[in-house]
Amino acid sequence: MPATSSPELEAGTPAKSEDVERRPEAPGAPSNRVQAGGDAAGLGRARATAFIVPAMLLIAAFLLFPAIWTIYLGLTDYRLTGLAAANPQFVGLDNLQNALSDDRFGNSMWLTVEYVIGSAVIGQVLLGFAVAWVMRERRGALRRLVESLLLLAWVLPGSVVAFLWIALLDRDSGTLNALLQTPGTGWLLEYPMASIIVFNIWRGAAFSMMLYAAAIGNVPPSHLETARLAGASTWQQLRDVVIPRIKGHILTNLLLISLWTFNDFTPFMLTAGGPDDKTEIMPVFIYKLALNSGELGFGAAISVLMLLFNLIIALFYVRMLRSRKDDAA
Amino acid sequence: MTATDIKATRRDAAEHGAAVAQARRVLRHAGFYTFICLLIAFFALPLLWLLAAPFDSAPGVTVSLPDFTLRNFQVLADNPYALRSLGNSVILAGGTGALTLLFSALAAYALSRVKLPGRDMLLYVLLLLSSIVTGTAAMVPLFNLAFELHLIDSQLGVILILTGGMLPSAIFILKDFMDGTPVSYEESARVFGASPLQIVRHIVVPLVRPGLATIAVWSVAQVWGNFLVPFLLLRSPEKSPAAVVMYTFYTEGGQPNLALISTYSLLYSLPVVLMFLFVSSRYGFRFHGGIKR
Repeated sequence: MPATSSPELEAGTPAKSEDVERRPEAPGAPSNRVQAGGDAAGLGRARATAFIVPAMLLIAAFLLFPAIWTIYLGLTDYRLTGLAAANPQFVGLDNLQNALSDDRFGNSMWLTVEYVIGSAVIGQVLLGFAVAWVMRERRGALRRLVESLLLLAWVLPGSVVAFLWIALLDRDSGTLNALLQTPGTGWLLEYPMASIIVFNIWRGAAFSMMLYAAAIGNVPPSHLETARLAGASTWQQLRDVVIPRIKGHILTNLLLISLWTFNDFTPFMLTAGGPDDKTEIMPVFIYKLALNSGELGFGAAISVLMLLFNLIIALFYVRMLRSRKDDAA
Repeated sequence: MTATDIKATRRDAAEHGAAVAQARRVLRHAGFYTFICLLIAFFALPLLWLLAAPFDSAPGVTVSLPDFTLRNFQVLADNPYALRSLGNSVILAGGTGALTLLFSALAAYALSRVKLPGRDMLLYVLLLLSSIVTGTAAMVPLFNLAFELHLIDSQLGVILILTGGMLPSAIFILKDFMDGTPVSYEESARVFGASPLQIVRHIVVPLVRPGLATIAVWSVAQVWGNFLVPFLLLRSPEKSPAAVVMYTFYTEGGQPNLALISTYSLLYSLPVVLMFLFVSSRYGFRFHGGIKR
């Protein structure tokens, strides 16, 4: 895999029609040409199709079909138990209307906005960028230590990390209370939203750090040097040299982490939506509604809203990839 | 003002400027190290418990220097669910990894080498689909689907659903790899009469081995930490993976068994940490979006 390319940045860009695609050749490597229309192994269309079919079947069954079924279910009064379970009725947009006028939905929507903006858009972006910026010219043990710690928070399984934070924030003998000399503070009960926001910043900052480190590494050092010699402050260097150059990366980063954070179920393991629905972000809300209370139709209607939101972000993202690919070509 | 006065003034100004610059440098250093220390404390603090508690003879929730013992691992071995759930994680992650690897490699190769009608559109739709339909947004129909197909409480069901979710990204990453490998070997093998399947097995697979390794590591890491899908679909604790069983360790009864949870967390974390070390030593860990989401 090319060291600096992320799959997302390369993926999904249709090959340029019939012409021969050229990629930069590594020194000493054999010719890297791939003919878009060529068939080097003589696979043939029939066999090529057979190669693709198993993957497409699984994708159709477990991605495409659920998406369509969500939309259908969202239009019915389907429930897990009772009369509506045996014979679900078509209720049209009633579910959606009910959702939009339901206080619980409004509460959940607002909490989700807080969670995504607080932990991803502000927290992870600022912290990730700050680390990448102050570490930009460092090599050696300190940089490795910082990077490893952030990456460890990122790669550890969610269940483990959730428990580590439960232990840290424990009311009776949590490490944080011992450190801050605030015995008896139940962080998860008194500041539930702030807790899961800080938790998610901790968990996700590594991705932004890596992305920004790569982006800052691509800013020509001479530009920064020139700005410094002209007497530009750090803030001016960032505003006039760095940020205009890495705008695309900032947007990529924002879109991806918003998407991931919006679909994140991990806070459930920390607070299970409580106390009193105070951390009931959208995924937790749908889980409780559909699989705890059994209101599958109502839950599906809200899932449709989630799918719509995901679609909007993904469309932005794919469009940006395409325009960047066109710029590069 | 005499010439010497002017010189003196200039020297003073220069000295003053140097002092300001010096002060600024000291401030910047102080700021840098304060930031780094806070950063390290913030990230290390929750992790310390994972390092200390498993080896403490009386593990508490507070981080403390352990009174060293290995007895906690005995507690873990005696628990009927603990080791089995780690085995279940291996089954789920291994099964999903193998299926994802096989199907994505076949599809990516065909898509890379043969120009099928509608290929570009297909790739575009796949990319969209994989980012839109997530476990959280589609949990109702996934639960329904598994119910209708009698895949509730079935590990195969979890494996198939997770594979379906991972295939689009895997195909993208692999297609990118395959586009980057030269076709000349395949052409010459064909001249010597090798069949397409022989070519794929003996030439293409060795050429894209780094790509295959990436996909294997990536898919295993994804499933290893996945909580939601097995939590939704598996009912019996004998079939549940570590992510789910661990969650039940500390909600049942209110009093978490810290000796068990700590050793269990450590054992459960080790494989992903080892994989991460392997990947970072091999590829410098510049995966960006690839490795986890």
